[in-house]
Amino acid sequence: MRALVLGVAATLGLPSLLLLLYLLNVDLQYLFFLFRNISPYFWSALGISLCVGLSIVGAAWGIFITGSSLVGAAIREPRITSKNLISIIFCEAVAIYGVIVAIILQTKVEAVKPQADGTYGLAAANAGYAILGAGSVTGWANLACGLSVGIVGSSAALSDAANSTLFVKILVVEIFASALGLFGVIIGIIMAGNANFMAQG
Amino acid sequence: MCLFNVKDGFLEAVVRGYKLGLLTTADYNNLCQCETLEDIKLYLTGTDYGPFLANEPSPMHTTTLVDCCTRKLVADWRYLRENAGEPLGRFLDYCTYGHMIDNVVLIVTGTLHERDVQELLEKCNPLGMFDAIASLAVAQNMRDLYRLVLVDTPLAPYFSDNLTSEDLDEMNIEVMRNTLYKAYLDDFAAFVHRVGGTTAGVMSELLSFEADRRALNITLNSIGTELTRDDRRKLYANFGLLYPHGQAELAVAEDFDQIRTAMEKCQPYQSIFSRLGLGETQMLDKILYEEEVRQLINTYEQQFHYGVFYAYMRLREQEIRNIMWIAECVAQDQKNRVQDGIVFTF
Repeated sequence: MRALVLGVAATLGLPSLLLLLYLLNVDLQYLFFLFRNISPYFWSALGISLCVGLSIVGAAWGIFITGSSLVGAAIREPRITSKNLISIIFCEAVAIYGVIVAIILQTKVEAVKPQADGTYGLAAANAGYAILGAGSVTGWANLACGLSVGIVGSSAALSDAANSTLFVKILVVEIFASALGLFGVIIGIIMAGNANFMAQG
Repeated sequence: MCLFNVKDGFLEAVVRGYKLGLLTTADYNNLCQCETLEDIKLYLTGTDYGPFLANEPSPMHTTTLVDCCTRKLVADWRYLRENAGEPLGRFLDYCTYGHMIDNVVLIVTGTLHERDVQELLEKCNPLGMFDAIASLAVAQNMRDLYRLVLVDTPLAPYFSDNLTSEDLDEMNIEVMRNTLYKAYLDDFAAFVHRVGGTTAGVMSELLSFEADRRALNITLNSIGTELTRDDRRKLYANFGLLYPHGQAELAVAEDFDQIRTAMEKCQPYQSIFSRLGLGETQMLDKILYEEEVRQLINTYEQQFHYGVFYAYMRLREQEIRNIMWIAECVAQDQKNRVQDGIVFTF
């Protein structure tokens, strides 16, 4: 409920802030001036760090949700441990997606000279924002994916302990949850595909 | 859901493991076939009770058997309590306050009848023990009881709100028990509400049922006594499905049929009473126990909440009552009645 309110506030917040600035006769050119003067290398570094950071937060979150249930349930039913390691591996894979995409993004970053007035050209700006977008798409997708795999994995451990025939059925649910992260990875790679600092124009 | 497992994930999984050790219908069917207490002991040795029964010397008695089973519950509960963080620790404490009230009442009633304190202490429920419990015997009236002993226990707030300086006699003690229990249930309900989330949803359902069952029992037991309607009304908890209109009707009810009419206005209780033939008041207890067990098992359908701990305790207690019934039937050669008293769990 609280998250919903925050989400609505965030989506309405930015447009209404811009509207407020417009109504107060603030010259929006200054705002664009600000963005023009931020180096695209800042945006690409931010994108890469979001990509790795959020993926790893997601993976870690999933692992502790699954892991604590798994450890507790394994006291009575030690047979579940080796089977349910697969839930931990699914969570770990989320972190690996993040690292892979971050490496791909990092290879796109190349050094170009700024223009005479200190700003960067269109190609560099395009590449910087593309890497920021690709990194945050991957990062947020993997955060959600890690959480969802973790919660399903925790239930998988508990239900496997109670009834071992349920394991395969819940594993299917878990596979679908872990596919969510891949969507983010695919879109991230496509977004970063045409980012090129050296392009002419 | 996302942060529940930080503190409580381990214990939730542990308690679900304990729940797997509860006896199933197949176990009960086998137990009903036993011819002697030794057979029962032998069968139970193969279940979770094994380590607690293994070193018991023959011949067995029903009381020793039940003691061993209770030791299992107490050992489990201690383990949970020692590993619990907050607010789970307080929740687990709250679950045992009911036993504490029962113990206080047991000791005070026993002292009134000049029983030996040591003997009474052995009968107390080990889940509801506190340090000063043995000194309860010196109290002569409610004020002493509160000032000398209970002020240091968690029960103190329930007492101080309802303190009278009356002497302790049979009737007052019973009223005291129910007043305390009412205060306890109200407090527990407020606490689970503060914890919030799934815990609040699951537990308020269970506590509502408990509050309504107590209201029903108070009404049943107070018919024909000198308890006035207003006093009766004061003993009902301030929540539950019957609150407030059903309780108002219960408070003025004079016989079983009026109680029945009052209860049947509430949808969930309609089905309970419809299973009860006309005039069969004895079966009511069993039907209510069955309904409670059904609700307790339902708590395991959801994850990431505290209700499973409460449910485990209640289910284990019900199981111990079942074992006691079977053992008594076997010991007294009443095997044809053995199925009547068992409330099947799984």
